[in-house]
Amino acid sequence: MQELFDRLLANGWFAGLPTDVVYASGMMVFGLVLVFGFVLPMVPITVWLERRVWSRIQSRIGPNRVGPQGVLQGIADGLKNILKEDIVPDAADRPLFRFAPYLLVWGFVATFVVIPFSSSLIIADLNVGILYLTAMTALSVVGVLMAGWSSNNKWSLLGGIRSAAQVISYEIPAGLAIIPTVLLAGTLSMQGIIHQQGWAPWDWYAFHNPFTFLAALIFYVSALAEANRTPFDIPEAESELVAGFATEYSGMRFALFFLAEWGTLYVIGAVMTTLFLGGWHVPIWTENVALLNISQFVVFFLKSYFWAFLAMWLRATLPRVRVDQLMSLCWKYLVPLGFINIVGTAVIMVIWPHGSSWLRYLMCLVFVMIVVQFFRRVVFHIRRARPELYFNPAI
Amino acid sequence: MSLAGYEVEVQRGEGLAAEEMTLNMGPQHPSTHGVLRFVVKADGEVMRTAIPDIGYLHRSIEKISEKVGYHGFMPYTDRVDYVSAMQCNQGWGMACERLAGIEVPRRGEFCRVLACELGRMASHLLSVGTMVMDIGGYTPFLHAIREREKINNLLEELCGARLTFNYMRVGGVAWDLPPNYGDKVVAFVDQFEPLVDEYNDLISYNKIYVERLANVAVVSKEEAVSYNLVGPNLRACGIKYDVRRDEPYSIYSELDFDIPVGTGEMGQQGDCFDRYMTRIRELKECCKIVRQCLAMMPDGPVLAKVPRKFKPPAGDAYVRVEGSRGDMGWYVVSDGTEFPYRTKIRTGSFSAMSIVDKVSQGLMIADLIALIASFDVVAPEVDR
Repeated sequence: MQELFDRLLANGWFAGLPTDVVYASGMMVFGLVLVFGFVLPMVPITVWLERRVWSRIQSRIGPNRVGPQGVLQGIADGLKNILKEDIVPDAADRPLFRFAPYLLVWGFVATFVVIPFSSSLIIADLNVGILYLTAMTALSVVGVLMAGWSSNNKWSLLGGIRSAAQVISYEIPAGLAIIPTVLLAGTLSMQGIIHQQGWAPWDWYAFHNPFTFLAALIFYVSALAEANRTPFDIPEAESELVAGFATEYSGMRFALFFLAEWGTLYVIGAVMTTLFLGGWHVPIWTENVALLNISQFVVFFLKSYFWAFLAMWLRATLPRVRVDQLMSLCWKYLVPLGFINIVGTAVIMVIWPHGSSWLRYLMCLVFVMIVVQFFRRVVFHIRRARPELYFNPAI
Repeated sequence: MSLAGYEVEVQRGEGLAAEEMTLNMGPQHPSTHGVLRFVVKADGEVMRTAIPDIGYLHRSIEKISEKVGYHGFMPYTDRVDYVSAMQCNQGWGMACERLAGIEVPRRGEFCRVLACELGRMASHLLSVGTMVMDIGGYTPFLHAIREREKINNLLEELCGARLTFNYMRVGGVAWDLPPNYGDKVVAFVDQFEPLVDEYNDLISYNKIYVERLANVAVVSKEEAVSYNLVGPNLRACGIKYDVRRDEPYSIYSELDFDIPVGTGEMGQQGDCFDRYMTRIRELKECCKIVRQCLAMMPDGPVLAKVPRKFKPPAGDAYVRVEGSRGDMGWYVVSDGTEFPYRTKIRTGSFSAMSIVDKVSQGLMIADLIALIASFDVVAPEVDR
């Protein structure tokens, strides 16, 4: 964004204003446009997509009444939630109870500041980008804990406590999984990390060496746990804690919790894409900067939604782990593996300071073999259970 | 101090007072399968006790029988265990027949067993589906419900109802099989059997699922007998007891079927996973019985001649049927009039509730959900 404003300033725009003010207001305007033009509409679309993906997995139809194929379902749901009574329980701690959802949404929206949608489409390319992002996602735990405590309900309190324990624990493997990438890239800036990768799969950090591949998996698991997604959705485990920290919430405040939860799904995908999947990189196919940026944006969007889709798929497939199993997974397996990844990546960097191309090709091959094996399993199951198959995406 | 009417012990530490939390789970909790209430005393996530509080769904069904007569009580028996109403129908029918010494026509017996086994499949599908749902997986539940819908369609074709069937009568069944019914049932069973394997691959042997259920809430053989567990809950502890085999009624003595028992394949014998797996295996046995019933189906009438004003001689009768939730006892006393003098129904869910307090000690709150689901407790059957 800075280049755009530099160009505008050089052409004599905003004469008489201090340049810092121009930069700051430009960033704020762009941020607001992004939040209201992209983030908020994206959440209902993600919810709709999740419901459709779910319904396909569960042999149902899913929402298909509001708008074409039901895409406007989110608007109907949002409208319904706005019209609902906003109940604050008598015994609740009113200021905290009212403030908690905003804090959660704040933590979620603030992450978009450093998400690089394309080579020039980023609000602020902070030099501590990835650290800022981890800090902001951790903010959500304050909101959840606040909601759980202020509701003055035992189920909410249990949900809040569970969430605090879970998010704080999983921050650690997530942080450890980021370090191999940072070591390789030599920078914390989101754009800097992407610039170090390329458009081809063998240029991505996920396939750089076995340790980064493992780091990608660890980061994804930890990110799912931080976002309270199944199989780690214990803070709001419906069958155990009624609705966890959101039990006493109704109307739009309840919807804000959901806004943050489903929005975080995209943030997870964006971070995974940035760190491990080459970000917005496309082959330079045109000289036109605008067209190139649009194609980069589309590629980034699709890659991010691939991870979101994977999360939906996992959520539809896996049951929920128990609290103690969740903790033992984190501290006994993910954290030690995270340390091994750091050491392993450092060793590989010493052996091959500029990476080894045959190792990259090998990792790509391994990944292709995993995918092939997966499809063989699918064919086996289809042959055995003989289900009715529907290939038409529209119902 | 006192919390919610229960005495809570306050432990004094080094300047810190720690007390147990009394959690009120139910009667309106998403995973209590109806209106059950558990008073849970918990220390954080770990439970001290979970005391079941029953009676929220009591409808005086036994008393109603004294006012509506023998024929008239049949629709009420559907409501005793509305998840598998066929066996309740059969229990009441058999009790009345034993009182009056009525012989059911052979085709009627086959129709009864066919309907009962289809009902058992529907009930077990609901049980294993909600079990997974309570553990947090949604897809397997809907896959189970999809198959259950097909069974409901078949039963609807048989008797016009999908849940409360009112299919049986004193002396047989109300209607004969519809045309081509056997082919439809066989087609369903052919399609259903491979889906059980798919269901196992989808969830039963899922690592997370097994970890959640194995070694949780283990009930030993001795405990199971002394607390009077019945049905799949008893068999999961390794005791091979089934009323259909050990005290055969109707035509079960002519049929060939296995009785699955818990093997402790993933943990200890008698844990939640065994109770779950016993039901999965019984699904396949039900398929076997249904096939045999259709193959052996004789011709003839389905309903014996029973007077409209049914007055059995004075006396009493106790019959046992193997309901979906286990041994179901039907005791009826007649004083020679049109109305039963006294009726008593003994159900499996009720006795399963009595052991909850014992096995839940020291479990985590999430395990209590698995425990309730694995006992397959149906609230109306507890209270009647």
